[in-house]
Amino acid sequence: MNTISTNELVSIPHLLARNVATRGDMPAYREKEFGIWQSWTWSKTSLEIENFALGLKDLGVKKGDFVAIVGRNRPAMYWAMVAVQMLNAVPVPLYQDSVAEEMAYVLEHCGAKYVIVGDQEQVDKILEVQQSISGIERIVYFDAKGLRKYENSHLSSFIEVQEKGQSLRESQLTELDKIRASITLDDICVMLYTSGTTGRPKGVVLSNRNIIETSKNSSEFDNLKSSEETVAYLPMAWVGDFIFSIGQAYWTGFCVNCPESPETLNTDLREIGPSYYFAPPRVFETQLTSVMIRMEDAGNFKRWLFEKSMALAKRVGGDILDGNAVGFINRIKYFLGDIFIYGPLKNTLGFSKIRVGYTAGEAIGPEIFEFYRSLGINLKQLYGQTEASVFITQHPDGEVRSDTVGVASPGVELKVAESGEVFYRSPGVFIEYFKNSESTSETKDGDGWVATGDAGFVEEETGHLRIIDRAKDVGKMLDGSLFAPKYVENKLKFYPNILEVVVFGNGREFCTAFINIDLIAVGNWAERMNIAYSSYQELAGHDLVMGAIKEHIEEINQSISEDPMLAGCQINRFLVLHKELDADDGELTRTRKVRRNIIEDKFSDLITALYDGSSSVSTETEVTYEDGRKGSIKATLMIHDTKIIDISQRMAAE
Amino acid sequence: MSNGSEGNFVTTDGRNIGGVMMEMKNITLRFGGVVALENISFNILEGEVRAIIGPNGAGKSSMLNVISGFYIPQEGEVIFQGSPRPSLKPFEVAHQGIARTFQNIALFEGMSVLDNVMTGRLTKMKTGIFSQMIWAGKAEREEIENREAVEKIIDFLEIQAIRKTPVSRLPYGLKKRVELARALAAEPNLLLLDEPMAGMNVEEKQDMSRFILDVNSEFGTTIALIEHDMGVVMDLSDRVVVMDYGRKIGDGTPDEVRNNQEVIDAYLGVSHD
Repeated sequence: MNTISTNELVSIPHLLARNVATRGDMPAYREKEFGIWQSWTWSKTSLEIENFALGLKDLGVKKGDFVAIVGRNRPAMYWAMVAVQMLNAVPVPLYQDSVAEEMAYVLEHCGAKYVIVGDQEQVDKILEVQQSISGIERIVYFDAKGLRKYENSHLSSFIEVQEKGQSLRESQLTELDKIRASITLDDICVMLYTSGTTGRPKGVVLSNRNIIETSKNSSEFDNLKSSEETVAYLPMAWVGDFIFSIGQAYWTGFCVNCPESPETLNTDLREIGPSYYFAPPRVFETQLTSVMIRMEDAGNFKRWLFEKSMALAKRVGGDILDGNAVGFINRIKYFLGDIFIYGPLKNTLGFSKIRVGYTAGEAIGPEIFEFYRSLGINLKQLYGQTEASVFITQHPDGEVRSDTVGVASPGVELKVAESGEVFYRSPGVFIEYFKNSESTSETKDGDGWVATGDAGFVEEETGHLRIIDRAKDVGKMLDGSLFAPKYVENKLKFYPNILEVVVFGNGREFCTAFINIDLIAVGNWAERMNIAYSSYQELAGHDLVMGAIKEHIEEINQSISEDPMLAGCQINRFLVLHKELDADDGELTRTRKVRRNIIEDKFSDLITALYDGSSSVSTETEVTYEDGRKGSIKATLMIHDTKIIDISQRMAAE
Repeated sequence: MSNGSEGNFVTTDGRNIGGVMMEMKNITLRFGGVVALENISFNILEGEVRAIIGPNGAGKSSMLNVISGFYIPQEGEVIFQGSPRPSLKPFEVAHQGIARTFQNIALFEGMSVLDNVMTGRLTKMKTGIFSQMIWAGKAEREEIENREAVEKIIDFLEIQAIRKTPVSRLPYGLKKRVELARALAAEPNLLLLDEPMAGMNVEEKQDMSRFILDVNSEFGTTIALIEHDMGVVMDLSDRVVVMDYGRKIGDGTPDEVRNNQEVIDAYLGVSHD
């Protein structure tokens, strides 16, 4: 029996023990396997975790060891994390799509002796890594498929380790309980590597205090209950998943559902119907795009009905959601719309039961945001960082606006420096960057204030924070006017045709841009226009596509010119890139953020051409395929001039 | 010419190759005046991946049809698991534990992937048509057992996402994989693959190769396959039979075959002065 007092909730394993005591028969995990949702209660989960922990202990895992965990979201991978914590060792989840060399850096940096992986693909990577770095003593894999003929003394299966633990249960359980009881609030809970927009990834060390306090505060903020359902599908190495699928899940005791495979996510989402949901803006964008594409292929009547209903929703949906006053007739109309359009649409998307939905990571387009809210989905924004254990600001219910990232989360203090950079201080603030005291002191000062690296301001009346851009990306143009590339890029990315934009102009006379088209949206449009194309490159170079992009840019130039502070950021010239920016080529981070320096370096010939007035440029670019082989793409790109609004004239006129 | 070793050894990657599973003895097959196969002998060992290769029209598919019992050779005999095999109906062959895929996909296009794979379990169903109609008791239990076996194969071949999709809507590469799933559903001892890689792109070929190797090592299934992509065959198979104009011109490990002068001539041509 458990001897731990459930009042001392100082770590995840303690929360687990409490959940077993208070809701042992409630589901803790579900995973779809062999076509059926399998579920584990908190009691069963605890048993699985303890046995695995005992097995790990037998392998030699002890306090303070770093144990790397690489795999897709599966209950066993989450159990592995908690089992490691149970031994007061530190789980280090890694991005499963990292290539071997990225993994080698991280594994060497944290000195992991043990690696727990999901399947053969990850085993192969670790074995490759093992040739270049020493110190990895054991690889534990979960899915044995394809691994049967691997003859390697470093390999054990998850089941083997668990069975070993089971056999030691009687003799070792008290020992394990002793270790668990010795965990304190100040021990390390988890180490997460930031994806690193610049330079090498940094290991963010988070203590039990960080995670427990944050989970408690944020669960209370949104009034999360043990009856919530979530679907765990975002990378386990990302701090958000750690907080949502472990921190908050263990604090409130709700059930985490794992999809059958990444490809079946949409079906699984629909079957579960999560009540608490998180997705980066990109997911919402993609879903909206696919809904719109399908509506365009629908019959006239259906389309008419959809457009009518959506127009109504846009007018009153948000207000109804926020509990504002809405006329009786409109309420009836909205009710009917909900029966015929919004309800079925939400059901198709798997969003019928969402009570609290969040998006974060990047700015979300106002239209996209409003679309989901008008359907009656309580989508909110939050602003966070790994260094803050996620939460810095978030939207409270009833105060949701697309142009801000909300008010300071419970326990968080905000301040804005002279330079415009936003600083925060909270119980969730990280301890340090692992083995990198220099970066730690650059980011966190003696009083615990952490620099976000983002420029923004707090609205005085409402207390809402607005973010303009990355502080280090904000620069000056040659004439001294403000250069905020992200601001412009986000405006452009809200067009469904445009997937990615990189704007240049720091220290230059005018702004220029690289554009990536969205192959799905543009491809569908091309099909309807009877435009034949055989590749991304060919479609991207099509005159009509160019024309459409040019129109978009001229529209945002118009809107940028209305803000005198940023008017200098209008885009004068642009080109559509011949390849999609890709994390495998190092152009994006694994969380798909643009790596400006690398792109500037790699495509320097294109940038030169944007500024020297030429109308086309030939280039050759190296690309990396998914399996690590390299190839190259040759292309001649057209450069287009766009119309800009001259603000000096306007200002003179005023 | 080497006839390969005669069974009971362990491969370099740790698989057990057992005794002779099937033996072809002096097979000759004619269609009227055309001699499709001429005096061909070779064997298939338990647990190995055996490839039959050759240029177009060499008689590979005819050979596979003889193995599957679809064609009855005019001369020679097929010895399966120790005893000569009489001429059999297709369902009898299936009951013997032989399953196959086809060069031109032969799936039920209008049915879902799941239903297609379930048809592969037909030989495992014992209950009669009437109790299956009522679907209670034994029939229900049997269906659940079979569904479980099918789901394991769906998981194994990573086709969960298309479980409920009608086959007609699938791309070619996936249809091939579904066909493999159906063949595997029969839990065969001997799996015959007729050009599993035909018409695939490089990535699909890699996937399929991986699945074939996984099937072999995971389930211990003996596999005989026809393929004309030399690179694929040499990497996949333990032993290779080379055919040309209905005759066997080479037999042995991929390395032996690769250095066989007659094989080189058949593939690259010989100069006629």
